[in-house]
Amino acid sequence: MSGTMDGRGVVFLGSPAFPDAARTALADTRLRTNLRRATTTIRDKRLQVTGELDDWEDLRAAGEAVKRRTLRHLDVHLLRLEESVTRAGGVVHWAADAAEANRIVTELVRATGGRDDETREVVKIKSMATQEIGLNEALAEAGIAAYETDLAELIVQLADDRPSHILVPAIHLGRAEIRDLFATEMARWGRPAPEGLTDDPAALAEAARLHLREKFLRAKVAVSGANFACADTGTVAVVESEGNGRMCLTLPETLITVMGIEKVLPSWRDLEVFLQLLPRSSTGERMNPYTSMWTGVTPGDGPRAFHLVLLDNGRSDTLADTVGRQALNCIRCSACLNVCPVYERTGGHAYGSVYPGPIGAVLTPQLVGVEHAASLPFASTLCGACYDACPVKINIPEVLTHLRAEVVEAKRAGRRLPSPEALAMKAATAVLVSPARLGYAQRAAALGGRALARRGRIGRLPGPFRGWSDSRDTPAPPTESFRTWWRKNREGEQG
Amino acid sequence: MRIALFITCFNDTLFPDTGKAVVHLLERLGHTVEFPPSQTCCGQMHFNTGYRPEAMPLVAGFVRTFGGYDAVVTPSASCAGMVRDSHPVLADQYGDDQLRREVGELVPKVHEFTEFLTDVLGVTDVGAAFPHRVAYHPTCHSLRGLRLGDRPERLLRAVRGLELVDLERPDSCCGFGGTFAVKNADTSAAMLADKTGEVTSTGADVLCAADNSCLMHIGGGLSRQGSAVRTMHLAEILASTEGDPR
Repeated sequence: MSGTMDGRGVVFLGSPAFPDAARTALADTRLRTNLRRATTTIRDKRLQVTGELDDWEDLRAAGEAVKRRTLRHLDVHLLRLEESVTRAGGVVHWAADAAEANRIVTELVRATGGRDDETREVVKIKSMATQEIGLNEALAEAGIAAYETDLAELIVQLADDRPSHILVPAIHLGRAEIRDLFATEMARWGRPAPEGLTDDPAALAEAARLHLREKFLRAKVAVSGANFACADTGTVAVVESEGNGRMCLTLPETLITVMGIEKVLPSWRDLEVFLQLLPRSSTGERMNPYTSMWTGVTPGDGPRAFHLVLLDNGRSDTLADTVGRQALNCIRCSACLNVCPVYERTGGHAYGSVYPGPIGAVLTPQLVGVEHAASLPFASTLCGACYDACPVKINIPEVLTHLRAEVVEAKRAGRRLPSPEALAMKAATAVLVSPARLGYAQRAAALGGRALARRGRIGRLPGPFRGWSDSRDTPAPPTESFRTWWRKNREGEQG
Repeated sequence: MRIALFITCFNDTLFPDTGKAVVHLLERLGHTVEFPPSQTCCGQMHFNTGYRPEAMPLVAGFVRTFGGYDAVVTPSASCAGMVRDSHPVLADQYGDDQLRREVGELVPKVHEFTEFLTDVLGVTDVGAAFPHRVAYHPTCHSLRGLRLGDRPERLLRAVRGLELVDLERPDSCCGFGGTFAVKNADTSAAMLADKTGEVTSTGADVLCAADNSCLMHIGGGLSRQGSAVRTMHLAEILASTEGDPR
């Protein structure tokens, strides 16, 4: 994986910009077919199971309300969480950025004692936060191997690739590719794949199971993320589908959880809302197969030490933006990815971030700073499907246009001469503030359009409109605008 | 009721027939329509591309132009959405108290064309005749922005001779998105290709919608592919009669 730390320390590949990265992805017809099939399937399942609940809209409203209220008093809830976790025998650490979080986790792993070969490895549950901070790479630099145990994350790790979907990280890979990866790469990381492995899903799952089982039984330290943490009880919760998470959470002696500060909920009772919203929105299931919850440590049961790393990494700044902060409501369900027409065509890698799709287009620029991810807020047609699908009602189109304005202002502040686009927008305003000027422009457009047009249609154009005109004809402006017609045909009547 | 037509700069320049159709239809229904000549643009392109200060003179101009009317009708779901959702945002961000108040008063009077027919005038059968196979594309702004629901289909079903055929994946975006089609031309083209394929497979003669911008996009793709499917604004179909066919 060749991620770079940009802005505030988010693994983000800001180059190439979205339009260029998308072009590469679009050329991969197999990827587009896979994506379309996968997103359509999940989308239909989601619609079916959300349609079953009479109170789905009430649940969404409740989820949004809890999240908004929590964010308004985030400091209070985090301090309560710290107190509750400490009371239950856990240790809370505060990390301002990626470097600090990585340092904390590395030191905790080193401090676990035991033989060297035991402490030089950790097992991991799929976690967005640790990907965001590049924890695996940081651990590797410290000589600690981090093994992903989520099946899709394992596949991505074996491929030295990056996840391309929040929920289905290997959505971009086919069965045959996965078989080849297992056959060639598993041995490098541990138990090799069985001889003669086929691309039958059951056979692939069994190979992964055998490979991972050894790691679960050997590892002394596990690293997890968190879906939720309850401030009143100090309970941390992870939901998952495969059970690998449960192995990580119960078998090792030390459990280190890295959690974005926005994941806190005021109380245990709030889980009721989110444990309904999340599985239905993400996998289209009524209930996720495994829900693991732990509260500090329990003698004789599970890990003997529990550490909770509370990660800021740009979240406080995001919180300070009263429009943009709603992106912190996100419960990482990926419903917005699965309904997004742009994601459906480009896949996740084009977004250059661990957070792809519509939520990535609003979250990443805020976490890394808009100037570092300037193309992402524009990677949307503002079609609004994401807003409709979001279980906690994040108004993604609203945040997108808000961030677009920030991108424009940042560019304005950063250059002495206005960009061609800024000049064009200024010129458009100058024309559009005056009906007379608009009339002149219409006549000029009609003349120019007719010069370019053949049979009333304008074909391929050079310059900035080449991209547009490569695939579409443009109608030639008619000789008479509406306002001219009106003046000739109706104005007399109104006298 | 004093009704003003907000034609939109885009329709005014490129699709004047849509405006004429709205005028003819409303007159046929017994109403007088005014066209305030000082109108220009709602500022959607500026707002959606991030140029908010540049949109402000257009918001102020819109309020000045339409402030005195009982109803403002526009044959563009996206421009209606811009006025309804984004003018208040801009007025809050940059405006003074007076502009905020004026925008707040004007917004409820601005109606997208099909909303105006069904909700304000209370008509579904407008006496139109259009003997063709028609597919209706619910544009993103009419579907999710304005929540037009089945209003356009109700109007179309009442048209004599019209056979309404269903689009596959009607709710998926055509890929226009204003400057998106220029900034992300390749992604836009990929979305367009899927949409034109879905349109052609219906066997429709005509594709209609409540936004000429999306129709220009889809129609531009169909035209490049040599397809015979025509694109028409919904208002033109509703303005069509046996005596005056389109």
